[in-house]
Amino acid sequence: MADFETVVGLEVHVELKTRSKIFCSCPTAFGADPNAHVCEVCLGLPGALPRLNKRVPELAVMTALALHAKITPEMRFDRKNYFYPDLPKGYQISQLYAPVARNGYLDVETGEGENAYTRQIRIHELHMEDDAGKLVHDALPDQTCIDYSRCGVPLIEIVTEPDFRNADEVVAFLQKLRTLLQFLDVSDCKMQEGSMRVDVNLSVRPVGQEELGTRTEMKNLSSFRAVSKAVEYEARRQWACLLNGEEIVRETRRWDEDQEVSLPMRKKEDAAEYKYFPEPDLPKIRFTEEKIEEIRKALSETPDEKKKRYIGQMHLPPYDAGILTSGRRVAALFERTAELCGDPKESSNWIMGEFMKILNDHGVGPEDFSIREDSLGEIIVMLKENQVSRASAKALLLAAYEEGAVPEEYAKEHDLRLVRDKDTLLPIVEKVLEENPKPLAEYRAGKVKNKQFLLGQAMRSTKGKADPAVLAEVLQECLDRL
Amino acid sequence: MRGLAEAIRSRKVTSEEAVCAVFQSMEEREPSLHAFLSLWKEKTIEEARRCDALVREFVENGKEDELPPLLGVPVAVKDNLLLEGERTTCGSKMLEDFVAPYTASCVEKLKGAGAIILGKTNMDEFGMGTTTENSFFGPTKHPSDPKRVPGGSSGGSAAAVAGGMAFAALGTDTGGSVRQPAGYCGIVGLRPTYGTVSRHGLVAFASSMDIAGPLCRDVLDAALLYNVIRGEDTKDQTSVPSSAVDSEALENYTLSGKRIGILRPLLENENTEEDVAQAIQAVSALATEKGATVEMVDMPLLEHAVAVYYILSSAEASSNLSRYDGIRYGYRAEGIRNLEELYTKTRSEGFGLEVKRRILMGNYVLSSEHFEDCYRQAERAAKALRAEFRKLFGKYDLLSGPVSSTTAPRCGEAGKDPLSAYISDLCTVPASLAGIPAVSIPCGYDRDRLPIGLQLMGPCFGEQEILGAARFLEKEFSLRTGKGAGSHG
Repeated sequence: MADFETVVGLEVHVELKTRSKIFCSCPTAFGADPNAHVCEVCLGLPGALPRLNKRVPELAVMTALALHAKITPEMRFDRKNYFYPDLPKGYQISQLYAPVARNGYLDVETGEGENAYTRQIRIHELHMEDDAGKLVHDALPDQTCIDYSRCGVPLIEIVTEPDFRNADEVVAFLQKLRTLLQFLDVSDCKMQEGSMRVDVNLSVRPVGQEELGTRTEMKNLSSFRAVSKAVEYEARRQWACLLNGEEIVRETRRWDEDQEVSLPMRKKEDAAEYKYFPEPDLPKIRFTEEKIEEIRKALSETPDEKKKRYIGQMHLPPYDAGILTSGRRVAALFERTAELCGDPKESSNWIMGEFMKILNDHGVGPEDFSIREDSLGEIIVMLKENQVSRASAKALLLAAYEEGAVPEEYAKEHDLRLVRDKDTLLPIVEKVLEENPKPLAEYRAGKVKNKQFLLGQAMRSTKGKADPAVLAEVLQECLDRL
Repeated sequence: MRGLAEAIRSRKVTSEEAVCAVFQSMEEREPSLHAFLSLWKEKTIEEARRCDALVREFVENGKEDELPPLLGVPVAVKDNLLLEGERTTCGSKMLEDFVAPYTASCVEKLKGAGAIILGKTNMDEFGMGTTTENSFFGPTKHPSDPKRVPGGSSGGSAAAVAGGMAFAALGTDTGGSVRQPAGYCGIVGLRPTYGTVSRHGLVAFASSMDIAGPLCRDVLDAALLYNVIRGEDTKDQTSVPSSAVDSEALENYTLSGKRIGILRPLLENENTEEDVAQAIQAVSALATEKGATVEMVDMPLLEHAVAVYYILSSAEASSNLSRYDGIRYGYRAEGIRNLEELYTKTRSEGFGLEVKRRILMGNYVLSSEHFEDCYRQAERAAKALRAEFRKLFGKYDLLSGPVSSTTAPRCGEAGKDPLSAYISDLCTVPASLAGIPAVSIPCGYDRDRLPIGLQLMGPCFGEQEILGAARFLEKEFSLRTGKGAGSHG
């Protein structure tokens, strides 16, 4: 039998970073006490009506523009009707007929070295909806409790075309999407907290066949690693089915993280009939061309655009540019540092080397750090002006990270600044020459390399605090005088 | 109502006296009429006393002009409008014990105007019905004939006002639920332009058509009550700004030079009773005599209005009523073994027959199999109907017809054949689908001395026009007969 090809499409749910919910003014904060953030609207009490948080369509349009999608000029909400205890209204307010946008794309780079390639993943559509509550099974014995605090947290769902061919592409896309959404400050995209949720639609087909195979939908994927494992597992499972002459069942499957297998959840035939229809409680939302342009202009630079600029204008190697644009915070730190010291490559070296090492030592993620953004730039300036040694510069960075120290002040307080005063250095050099008569005699007899030894001794006497250039100058003057 | 308000302000009568008079007539009439689902006598009397004290205080300080317009007037509110701390049942077992945690915007405005809410009135369950017989708590009876229905779904509100148990009432109108009971009971009922009264706190039946409206003893009262409850509301994003009706201009309104169209399909159909047709023709003759141009208007689209209304309203209702699942509030069936049973038993036991019928209909028209040929078709038809009305209002100042093809039917008749009950909505659903304002005023009596209702419809935001015409006719009727213009009036 011929080789098989895996075909994957994604549905990504992302919680938007708004202070209040999509249809009421309850806060969206994660981790509150159960049912602390509810009102008549998000609880769906009789007579309550949704009122749209204007920030939600704005963030959604922003995201859609960054995904190069076409904005629907007249958006509408639709009701998706189904019964579940975490859904207090008995319907979700979503969008089916006139979503925020359609027909976008995101270019994804994957593979390494010679095998590196770019694949364009088409975005089918992007729409807004309200989140449901959460069933809590372990709060009381033998009882299920319901926490409605998450009800009405704004979500966008991004639906891709079935354009992925392997797990690496899927993960690369998700990483890039997450970075993009964080850059836009649209979402935290924390999979563990559920602010980014991924459903995987997967089918397999013989290589060369146009027609798509029967697909399954996988849910409960709580990390990129789980997504990768699940794609690989499910593709293998479906291949095996086909090889055994079995038919793939169109169904929803649940990824079991512990066993690393996908298990059937429900068949598509008995899946709910959602009875979508236009939401009569909310007016249409119109975005004029001007308004869209305004948002487009206000859109912060996407990671891709930044990367291009770092390589083109700042002459960074693509590798550096890639790492420095992997997160919003790190890119901001880099840009400020390069601006202050005027040396992008040196800034990049420091961030990718010493700074990442500090974060690593402290077990802090590359996007979770906190440091005064000017610190590193100031340190590099001090280093370039020989005010401090490289070792001291590293100490200053650590102090800036750990204590929030201001480099200039810290260097003064801890006596880290290099001594550059010849009058101060002269007696030290003279003493070194006095204490080392033999190497001195040999130097004068023509053993020139002993000068290095003497310089080293002198530097040791200053405990490394002398400006090496000035110290060498003073030594040379002494030797010349002798 | 406004007379009482004025009398209270000028201290000719106290609010307490008015309230006590209402409770006295209630003692006599309520046991047989059953217009109310909740009453709170002590609280109402206390509130009346507070109002009287306020009047004294203001008058003594020479500030009687600053008194709120409805201070101390006892008003009834339909039981699908929330009033914080009181039960809101919607006439359903499902919400038998549901206590409102907040107050509906229009009720809040009513209270803000000084009115005293003395009770919640009976209704067809969730507004679904035309007789108030579909109430879990038992039917309301017609104030002039206990063997007949008061109409519905705001039958409790209509009976309370017509029966002297409230000076005015709020009802809600989805497909005619204010106008039709007002017509049957011989009072004035206004369905305002969709969106001019906030729906916040109105328990949804069909969201795109629901609106609260006044049921009053005369047109000026209806105008005053409309002015109080209307207004854009941030809590209802389908609400819209509107202008207040000018009462003085209502008094000066004349039909002279007005163009009036009588919608032929509402008047000339197989169900129209002879007395009703005659009463409308008498109005037409009167209007002509007063200088109006009256024409019969054909509107072929109306043939589908009832079907379109039932498709759209049932679709929305099936979704709006999904929240009653026994989990958070309301009725929950006993002896539940699993989630599926919690839903099915709770909803089977908690909802009445008519509500279940509408939910089934709604699910049918929204199912993927029928969505295009039912829901979408109906949506297109409603759009065409709105366009047709707009066109007609380019030609006519007012459109008119009976508010119902018949006068109040006998109890139990509607339940025999749901389909013909639906068809009886023909006269009222067009305005609902179009979102236009429509008022029902009494225009005479049939041979059994039952009131006949005249309906006047105007373009969106045409409240001033329809109420002006209604006021003009109301005055003419009382001049001529002391009661109405109809053949038996």
